[in-house]
Amino acid sequence: MKATVHVTLKNGVLDPQGKAIEHTLSGLEFKGINEVRQGKFIELDINETDPAKAREQIDAMCRGLLANTVIENYEIEIIE
Amino acid sequence: MKACVIVFPASNCDRDMQVALERSISKPVDMVWHRESDLTGYDLVVVPGGFSYGDYLRCGAMAARSPIMAAIKKHADRGGLLLGVCNGFQVLTEAEILPGVLMRNANLKFICKDVELTVERNDTAFTSGYATGQKITTPVADHDGNYFTDDETLKRIEGNGQVAFRYAENPNGSINSIAGVYNERGNVLGLMPHPERLVDSELGGTDGTPMFDALLNYSGKVGA
Repeated sequence: MKATVHVTLKNGVLDPQGKAIEHTLSGLEFKGINEVRQGKFIELDINETDPAKAREQIDAMCRGLLANTVIENYEIEIIE
Repeated sequence: MKACVIVFPASNCDRDMQVALERSISKPVDMVWHRESDLTGYDLVVVPGGFSYGDYLRCGAMAARSPIMAAIKKHADRGGLLLGVCNGFQVLTEAEILPGVLMRNANLKFICKDVELTVERNDTAFTSGYATGQKITTPVADHDGNYFTDDETLKRIEGNGQVAFRYAENPNGSINSIAGVYNERGNVLGLMPHPERLVDSELGGTDGTPMFDALLNYSGKVGA
């Protein structure tokens, strides 16, 4: 079963890389950018056919390694 | 005092730390590979600086899940002294042995320079060789030294006196200019600057020496 995880910085956590991207985009004359936040995208392929169980396993992976919940949120999507 | 330095793939301050410790405690200091699982008998365990696992995913994230970490937690729980410097500090926060997290420096630059620190308190195993409020100079050399906690944790660590060192001039955006923190019990210290690089006047100064000398003097008080 394939799944994806988006890891993003929590609101209020400083994201200097997002800021730098925002400034560079503005420098390239892209107009009207309110904010840029940078995160991580992780693809997983696991030996589990039950979507609920897969989600449970990946949730444990997120809490155990993939995200640092002091500063990051994560979102799991089961693909197939 | 029996001390060891943990070695991860891409630790790079491990041997400097060994030299600094051996100068103060006048005994051989063991190097312990991260695949080991037993730290019985050590009074002091040091997690050194470097770029363990190439800072993949987040700095310190992989090392914090290494086999040795269970033994490090056990060591801290029994009251053993535990010091994490730079990447070692990042590893200890990722392992949730110390509060907070180290994020990318606010100016996005790798900062490599001497900085002035204020010693917040001198009644701990690590700082009894300094005076409270004393200014010391140590080098920082990191890309992810920007200390952050949520408001609640910040209040708690400030209230408990868990801040060990503050930057005189905040170089990296760290919250409340925090450069190092203790755990609640005070037997674990993590800091971004490198005291092990300042133990020889030929190499720029000796402001790090009192920390290692203090650890030697504290040896009798380590909990069992």
